[in-house]
Amino acid sequence: MINFSYTVFIVLIPLIFFVLLGFFGNKFKPLVSGIIGTSGLFISFLLSCYTAYQYFFVVPKIAGAFPKLIAYNTVWLRFTDTLHIDLGVLLDPISVMMLIVITTVSFMVHLYSIGYMKGEKGYERFFSFLSLFTFSMLGLVIATNIFQMYIFWELVGVSSYLLIGFYYEKDSAVAASKKAFIVTRFADLGFLIGILILSITTKTFDFISLTDPKGPALQQGSSILFLGLSTMTWSMIFVFMGGAGKSAMFPLHIWLPDAMEGPTPVSALIHAATMVVAGVYLVARMFPIFVISAPAALTVVAYVGAFTSLFAAVIACTQYDIKRVLAYSTMSQIGYMMLALGVSGYGGHEGLGYMASMFHLFTHAFFKALLFLCAGAIIHAVHTNYMTEMGGLRKHLPITHLTFLIACFAIAGIPPFAGFFSKDEILAAAFENNKLLWAVEYAVAGITAFYMFRLYYRIFWGKEQHYSHPPHEAPLVMTIPLMLLAVGAILAGLVPFQNLVTSDSLPFENHIELGIAIPSILIALLGIGIATIFYRKETNLPQKITRTLGSFYTAAYHKFYFDELYLFITKKILFDRVSTPVAWFDRHIVDGMMNGVSYVTNSVSGRIKGFQSGQLQQYAWVFVSGAIALALAFIYLWTL
Amino acid sequence: MFEGVPLTWFLIVATIMFFIGIYGFLVRKNLITILMSLELILNSVNINFVAFNKLLYPQHMEGMFFTVFVIAVAAAEASVAIAIIINIYRRLINIDVERIDEMKY
Amino acid sequence: MTTNQFMFFLFATIIVVFSVLTVTSRRILRAATFLLFVLVSTAGLYFMLKFNFLAAIQLTLYAGGIVVLIIFSILLTSQIAEKLEQPALTKKIFAGLAAVIGASLCIYTILLYNFIPSNLPSIGTNVDTIGQALISTGKYGYALPFEVISILLLSAMIGSIIVAKKRKD
Repeated sequence: MINFSYTVFIVLIPLIFFVLLGFFGNKFKPLVSGIIGTSGLFISFLLSCYTAYQYFFVVPKIAGAFPKLIAYNTVWLRFTDTLHIDLGVLLDPISVMMLIVITTVSFMVHLYSIGYMKGEKGYERFFSFLSLFTFSMLGLVIATNIFQMYIFWELVGVSSYLLIGFYYEKDSAVAASKKAFIVTRFADLGFLIGILILSITTKTFDFISLTDPKGPALQQGSSILFLGLSTMTWSMIFVFMGGAGKSAMFPLHIWLPDAMEGPTPVSALIHAATMVVAGVYLVARMFPIFVISAPAALTVVAYVGAFTSLFAAVIACTQYDIKRVLAYSTMSQIGYMMLALGVSGYGGHEGLGYMASMFHLFTHAFFKALLFLCAGAIIHAVHTNYMTEMGGLRKHLPITHLTFLIACFAIAGIPPFAGFFSKDEILAAAFENNKLLWAVEYAVAGITAFYMFRLYYRIFWGKEQHYSHPPHEAPLVMTIPLMLLAVGAILAGLVPFQNLVTSDSLPFENHIELGIAIPSILIALLGIGIATIFYRKETNLPQKITRTLGSFYTAAYHKFYFDELYLFITKKILFDRVSTPVAWFDRHIVDGMMNGVSYVTNSVSGRIKGFQSGQLQQYAWVFVSGAIALALAFIYLWTL
Repeated sequence: MFEGVPLTWFLIVATIMFFIGIYGFLVRKNLITILMSLELILNSVNINFVAFNKLLYPQHMEGMFFTVFVIAVAAAEASVAIAIIINIYRRLINIDVERIDEMKY
Repeated sequence: MTTNQFMFFLFATIIVVFSVLTVTSRRILRAATFLLFVLVSTAGLYFMLKFNFLAAIQLTLYAGGIVVLIIFSILLTSQIAEKLEQPALTKKIFAGLAAVIGASLCIYTILLYNFIPSNLPSIGTNVDTIGQALISTGKYGYALPFEVISILLLSAMIGSIIVAKKRKD
């Protein structure tokens, strides 16, 4: 048996560097602190790669399946013999895969940030927060029990909050960070309720016993009924609410576009590749419970995912801020992953959706991080976020142009780029289970190709704008991560996921079905083609279409007015109708009673304080006459 | 064995002296005169001790010893009191008990 | 009237009269002098009761020590020529009332109680016996109170020096 206890250092090294940079960062030169943070991540990255190699290729399989290993464990709080909160490291296919994804992207982003954040105020603060985030995210994926996951879940929320509000002198950044924190916090309330219901019914937090086929969670089945759904279903719906908040699923999606106020590397790391897929990871982690004990909850997951992917894709077509386009595209792609989980079954070829979801998570991390980093390089060059102020950049930024194009092909699903393979598996899984959802996703695939190439053409083609200074290619320290991630975006699709990450850890046979693959390639090409006609050269076609769509376009441009709706609900209804009367009651009735008590006490004591006059002889007189009166009373008057 | 004067007479004299001391304590303003009233009170108690000792238990010496100790305590008390009075006088330039009332409320 | 009775009445009269004068005199130095008379008469009562050692202590400590201390402090803090101001009438009335009622209550109680005088011979109160008792640790020995009182006197001495000392500020 191989000792995996070193894996705990993958998690601890970023923590150590966070403390180091957080406390002593201002002692170093900015560049030095950047290099320190990056080298720390490099060590974690190497350790993760070694772990993955050991886990997938060296550790003996148990009955053909990858085992679930507890590499390290310590009991933290013990309630009963089965119900205790541990801190530890759980290794199974999805957590090992996530280790690779997180450390790779995080390392690339660290490297990129050395160049991108150059000259910014708070350079070492940025790197310490990045380390904190990496620590929390790693802790989340290796959690051995749901409570440890919840702790790190909140920690990633905090580090996301800190990083979105990194430019805390900008009002919009502060508002965005608060919005992100409050919305995800609200969702986490659901997660916590779900955890409590789950732990009350199953008496355990531990993932291994929760997902064990003979364990208490799965043995329950869907027997106990409450409002027509079983207890496990309710708890899974609440847990999914937490996941939906983190993964910006409809209707808790409103925070993600605003989160683009943070520095671009942060958007790449947190709001594209890692943190936002935590919700997907959570559902995947609890997957056996969803499938066996809570099929209704799984249906909810599927429909929420499908709706979000369509909804976000439509909005993405109308936005002009390039980072927002990417944010909506992220939501759309996460919707894909959720959908794939939702239509999946358990075991063998039935679990195709599960495998496809994890596969898409893996490939998406590469090309979406690449897209964001390219966007960062573009913004770095032209100092604007708006595609209307860009154009003709392909000559000025050759490397960025090429890598961006690769990423666009990958996300559009053109073979042999990574996105094609994973998206194809998702469509195949959807086709087998639910034709309606398959149709939606098929359309979304086309829309995705369209808006990605709209973005591409508006940035790199079209008429050249007047820039304040001639755009120039980013320094090498920024382009190297772009190139490395581009290699990832090309090759990640070749990883044989059906042999590595499956719902029951058993490999199964899977081939690309041409009946599914060819139509999806065609619709992607159709989207690309329309985008080429519209945006390759400047035409008035887009305006015409816009006018034809009329109010639908306006609604999509305003993100279907969800921000306004939520603002109306909270401000007009919650604040004015509920909070104001409650505040009035508190101020006038509750406080009034307390004030009345204090007023009475005050006036009474004002009256009687005169007794303490400071006149010694008065005290003595009272004492003597009191003594005499007592003597008189007890000796002569009160004789028994 | 003591002839001629009954115990009650001693006690009555001591009581009168005691309450004269009380009266002085209650009406005098000057701190030193209050201290003198206090000496009267202690002295009346001493008379009681001695009288009880002599007339009721002549075979023992408790009353006398207690008187000795009371005198010692009185001496200690007088010295500390006078130190305090001098200190107060130095700060406030008067030792009128009615005007030393900084500690009220 | 026996000699004892005569002596008792003499001393009792002096004590009562000069006590009253002590608490009513408006010249503070005179009040101190009247207190001295009271204390000396008390010593006379002790002599009458054959407590010679105690009477000697009364004279040396009270009359010689405390009264002198009081007179010193009077000289330090008061104008001798000045008459003390008359206390307020209500204060006098209330204090007098308390004193008279208390005194009559106590005297009434004393008169009601039937004391039984002892006929046993008196123990000698020579200095030798007293000295033995003071340092004895057995029954009727006073070694412990004696030590305690010596510590009390020492601490009182240190305390009064500290309190009365002039501070630098």
